[in-house]
Amino acid sequence: MLKLIRYLKPYLLTVAIIVVLLFVQANMDLALPDYLSRIVNVGIQQGGVDSPFPKLLRAAELERLSLFLDETERGQVKSAYRRYGSGDPEFAALAESLPAIGQDAILILTSDDRATLQAIRGPLSRALAASGVLRQLAANPLGQPDLPSIPGLDLTRLPAGLDLLDVLARLPADQSVAIKQAVLAQLDGLGDGMVEQAAIRAVRAEYAALGLDLEKLQTGYIVQTGLLMLALTLGSALVTILIGLLASRTAAGIARALRRDVFRTVVGFSGAEFDQFSTASLITRSTNDVTQVQMVIFMLLRMVIYAPIMGGGGFIRAMGKAPSMGWIIGLAVLVMLALIVVVFIIAMPKFRSIQKLVDRLNLVARENLTGLMVVRAFNRQPFEERRFDGANQELTSVNLFVNRVMVVMMPVMMLVMNLLSIAVIWVGAHQIAESAMQVGDMMAFLQYTMQIVMSFLMLSMVFIFLPRASVSGDRIAEVLRTRRSVKDPGLPVPLPPAQGARVEFRDVSFRYPGADSDVLCNISFTAEPGQTTAIIGPTGSGKSTIVNLIPRFYDVTAGVVLVDGVDVRAAAQADLRDRIGYVPQKATLFSGTVASNLRYGLDAADKVQLAEAVAAAQAADFVNNREGGYEATVSQGGANLSGGQKQRLSIARALVKRYPVYIFDDSFSALDLKTDSALRHALKDTVRQATLIIVAQRVSTIMQADRIVVLDEGQIVGQGSHRELMASCATYREIVNSQLGTKEKA
Amino acid sequence: MSNHKITATNPIPRAAAGPQRGPLGMGRGPMGGMMKGEKAKDFRGTLRRLMAYMAKYRLRVAVVFLFAVVSTIFSIAGPKILGRATTELFSGVMARLQGGGNIDFAVIGRILLTVLTLYAISAVFAYLMGWLMSAVSADIAFRFRRDIARKLNLIPFQYFDNTTHGETLSRITNDVDTISQTLGQSLTQIVTSAVSVLGVLVMMLSISWQMTLVALVVLPLSMGLVGFIVRQSQTYFKQQQEYLGHVNGHIEEMYAGHVVMKAFNGEAKALAKFETFNDSLHASAWKSQFLSGLMMPMMHFVGNVGYVGVSILGGVLAIRGIITVGDIQAFLQYMRSFTQPIAQLANISNVLQQTAAAAERVFAFLDEKQELEEAANPVNPPSVAGRVAFENVHFGYDPAKPVIKNFSAIAEPGRKVAIVGPTGAGKTTMVKLLMRFYDVDAGRITIDGHDIRDFRRADLRRNFAMVLQDTWLYNATIMENIRYGRLDATDDEVIAAAKAAYVDHFVHTLPDGYAMELNEESSNISQGQKQLLTIARAILADPRILILDEATSSVDTRTELLIQKAMDGLMRGRTSFVIAHRLSTIRNADLILVMNEGDIVEQGSHDELITRNGFYAELYNSQFEPTVVG
Repeated sequence: MLKLIRYLKPYLLTVAIIVVLLFVQANMDLALPDYLSRIVNVGIQQGGVDSPFPKLLRAAELERLSLFLDETERGQVKSAYRRYGSGDPEFAALAESLPAIGQDAILILTSDDRATLQAIRGPLSRALAASGVLRQLAANPLGQPDLPSIPGLDLTRLPAGLDLLDVLARLPADQSVAIKQAVLAQLDGLGDGMVEQAAIRAVRAEYAALGLDLEKLQTGYIVQTGLLMLALTLGSALVTILIGLLASRTAAGIARALRRDVFRTVVGFSGAEFDQFSTASLITRSTNDVTQVQMVIFMLLRMVIYAPIMGGGGFIRAMGKAPSMGWIIGLAVLVMLALIVVVFIIAMPKFRSIQKLVDRLNLVARENLTGLMVVRAFNRQPFEERRFDGANQELTSVNLFVNRVMVVMMPVMMLVMNLLSIAVIWVGAHQIAESAMQVGDMMAFLQYTMQIVMSFLMLSMVFIFLPRASVSGDRIAEVLRTRRSVKDPGLPVPLPPAQGARVEFRDVSFRYPGADSDVLCNISFTAEPGQTTAIIGPTGSGKSTIVNLIPRFYDVTAGVVLVDGVDVRAAAQADLRDRIGYVPQKATLFSGTVASNLRYGLDAADKVQLAEAVAAAQAADFVNNREGGYEATVSQGGANLSGGQKQRLSIARALVKRYPVYIFDDSFSALDLKTDSALRHALKDTVRQATLIIVAQRVSTIMQADRIVVLDEGQIVGQGSHRELMASCATYREIVNSQLGTKEKA
Repeated sequence: MSNHKITATNPIPRAAAGPQRGPLGMGRGPMGGMMKGEKAKDFRGTLRRLMAYMAKYRLRVAVVFLFAVVSTIFSIAGPKILGRATTELFSGVMARLQGGGNIDFAVIGRILLTVLTLYAISAVFAYLMGWLMSAVSADIAFRFRRDIARKLNLIPFQYFDNTTHGETLSRITNDVDTISQTLGQSLTQIVTSAVSVLGVLVMMLSISWQMTLVALVVLPLSMGLVGFIVRQSQTYFKQQQEYLGHVNGHIEEMYAGHVVMKAFNGEAKALAKFETFNDSLHASAWKSQFLSGLMMPMMHFVGNVGYVGVSILGGVLAIRGIITVGDIQAFLQYMRSFTQPIAQLANISNVLQQTAAAAERVFAFLDEKQELEEAANPVNPPSVAGRVAFENVHFGYDPAKPVIKNFSAIAEPGRKVAIVGPTGAGKTTMVKLLMRFYDVDAGRITIDGHDIRDFRRADLRRNFAMVLQDTWLYNATIMENIRYGRLDATDDEVIAAAKAAYVDHFVHTLPDGYAMELNEESSNISQGQKQLLTIARAILADPRILILDEATSSVDTRTELLIQKAMDGLMRGRTSFVIAHRLSTIRNADLILVMNEGDIVEQGSHDELITRNGFYAELYNSQFEPTVVG
């Protein structure tokens, strides 16, 4: 898989953009719970007041608060606010919107200097909180048993409407200091969080005193936060779409490049490389494997990269909310991991055996099908059924086992998730009790943990099919790495034009790559122009291998093959093959029409040329009788034609152009004896001056050849005419005896 | 899981073959379900039949449904109760802020414990449900496969004239897999999803009807959006499949025909064509992938809009004191678990379509006509002399196109009949009629005077043995393969048959000898050796009548001589029908049937036919006129 990484190169920038966008998306997605927590914390709990700084403040109230501030603090606070008295021109407008203030001077928070605000946050909070506590005390003197009683002051007897703070200000200094300290001491025991909460309550009280519409303030905050969330959601969707666009373009682009390169490479392969991989495997590598890689790249860009960003981001945010609860997430992830690992350790080997059992079941069924005649002829139906039942039973039981292991996953995962939320609430409740966090934060924490676990699950799903794609990647890389074994020379020797070309084998040996022994050994013979040279021998004797060396489908291991005196390896492949009319053993046609197949070697061939070739190949009858004639469609691989028809068209294709050399590699075997003979008659007229090389199985096909080369086990055991060989060559006699009755041998 | 086997009939695995998968082979992943697959012709009928097929699991399925309901209800109850814990927590905090009161951990603990129990029970029932349903699915798959395999041996040969083996195999594996996987999954999903949707709806309504309204408004929005995207991507998806077909087709063709492509200097042409196909594939591939990839973010977006709406409304309602903070939390959880079952329900019809399409194919196979009933009063002579007579036989694979017209011939016991003619002349038709793989349309074939249709098929075939050129052996030891001719034969009898067929000698040169396992393609022994094994198998069967198909070119000369000797030995004393290629065999046959274009054009002995100077004489002589070439 990694070997294909260079295909990412043209897309590096895109990938970088995708990664950046994924960060943006993750951040946006993760921000949502944060906003939800604000709705709960600020919107609901704090009545829409988000900080302990009152935006508006009565001047008189600040005076009262000053009771709890020292001199410097008092100065700092005052400098942060601007005072509007009844003399100021803006006062009239202010007073109108705040009917409750009457003629009292008002302070508005104007400072946006961080340092100042930070400096006054603590003191102001304390002062606000203290004022709140005292007023509560005044309102409900019996409800605060833990507050110390103020010496010399009976709160229950405080006149209604009188502010306790005003009373306090008028008290003698020593008394007021004692009370102040008692209140502050109690506040300090609560911790910063609680103090701030109390301060925020005091701010609300102040707003109420100013006559602000508190409900509107609260609803406004919630709606405003909600709109922000909506914007985020929209943004996140847009970013995701953009990522999808980039990722799909990248994946499809890489697939296109890969497919092209694989195809280009394979088209350049010689027979040796095709043997090495097998055609079927090369096809899978060029099609399914590339598709697999495309899929995985897309997922990689969209999910695999996203999951850790999301998980990591979620973790950071969750820790920000409550660092002390990180262990819960860790534990949950660990449990999930353990579960996945255990399930896979149990199920993985079984998965592999399922594949084998499916193959086995297929095999048994296929054998039954291919042997239908034999099975029925021998009455072996019950035997086959027993065999099938055995395979079926085995497959079913393993399948059931694996399924039962796999169905554990869902309920347990759900349970872990649910336990997780219960744990978060339990532990969170204690944290809240200790004022270490707020309820809204806990709710956000809960959402983060879910997001982390989800991204984790997503990742683990990806890893299930990553190995498969990686195998595909390796298989593609293997093809791309393979160098063709047949190459053009640097300075090719041009072949002279001729009607016929002498083909000479000089001491040729050939060995298939990786084989232990030579298939051909010291082969020497010459095929002359205007003559027929036949090659005959038992299966596996190397007949086809010999002719494959002429158009350089393979290169010789030793010795040399000459065409018109030129070593075939010294000529350009295209030039060489332009001189050879080749008819393969297995007739291969391409999809298109009859005419497009015939013109495959000579695009410019006219109708007369086609008709001549078709007539010579004994194909005229069926081509003309076929609906559409020359324009009749030929389906892929010529599947809509019979074996004999394909073979004749394949011969005609080679005859459309005049080649100096013709090779017929056992091309007559699909033809009946009569057609075989008629075709050979016609060939005589058509290609009189060319060099004909015929590989054959049937003695009758080659009996009359000028020269017969008899092969056995890769060696020439006899050369000469039929009559000569009958006299001199035992192998030839054996072949003839097995095929002909005694009369015809002479 | 690709179970592609490369067989002789299908040398190249077609990339585009097999059931249509989702974009780029995502299989039954999220997209697989979204994209509409093939449809059953009779959806309702097929489903009803499937239900009938499942009738024996009625009780178990009912229990599964019950468990599904219990599990779903328990898991749905969770969030609301959990929300109470949050509310308790929140009010505790508020109380403390207002002075007085504190968080009541006892209450919270009790609530959490309740929820824990609910979830645990839900999980247990969910697992039990899966456990039971797995068994039902597995059993259905097992039964379907068994029924198909049984049917395989009852179906007349005609069926396989028009159906490839791959298609039939696909019934056993792909279709049955589809049925068993989707059926179990969709049945439980229908229940869990329906209960979830209902339950969640009730819970949401119990929290706040206003918030429920917001949540529901989002639904048609997402449905519309999804429908739109599916329609759009479908166009490109189809295009992509089509172009993928072009590309893969071209690749297959060029690779399979690479010898021709190179011989005719076709590389440049092939590349140019490939580039065009590849480019158009690229254009549709990325669009298809992009559009189908839009689904998730869109659903996500719509879900989030609902989330935001509920958050705002919940917040507002909470400050009015209509709902609690815990309610918001619970509601949000419900919303998240609301869309999934709805999507599942929407998808189930697609999944069921797939199931029905697969089931329909399987049922169609199971419904195929079987071989004709056996004769009512079958004859079964204890021994047969082997006199075979064809009396005015008419036959056609397609009754409208008779291939054998009014054919009569008699083979006396122990005589040799050669069938000759060009390839594709219908020589094997005679064989198929004799063995009753097909029945004659008119006239009759008799053995010792009994019409072969009066035999039970098994009894008739007991009198025959076949040795075909297409040697069929199976994946077992050599010993077992020979024993296939007579299952109760002892090892000694098998070895005796092997010796008579010249098998014994080469078996001893093989690793493990008779115990050697033949591999799947039987490619670990040579073609000639395979032929000899089938002769041994026939010798062991010891029939009265033989049907032989002579080997042609694929065997080397020496083995060919052995095969001929073995066949000659086998034929001695038996009535034999030989599909002959070798002149020596033809010449000393007692009767030669000459076939051409599916018809028997001449019959008689060699000398008679030569004298007649007809088709046979022409066929025979054409081999020996002077070769024109050269």
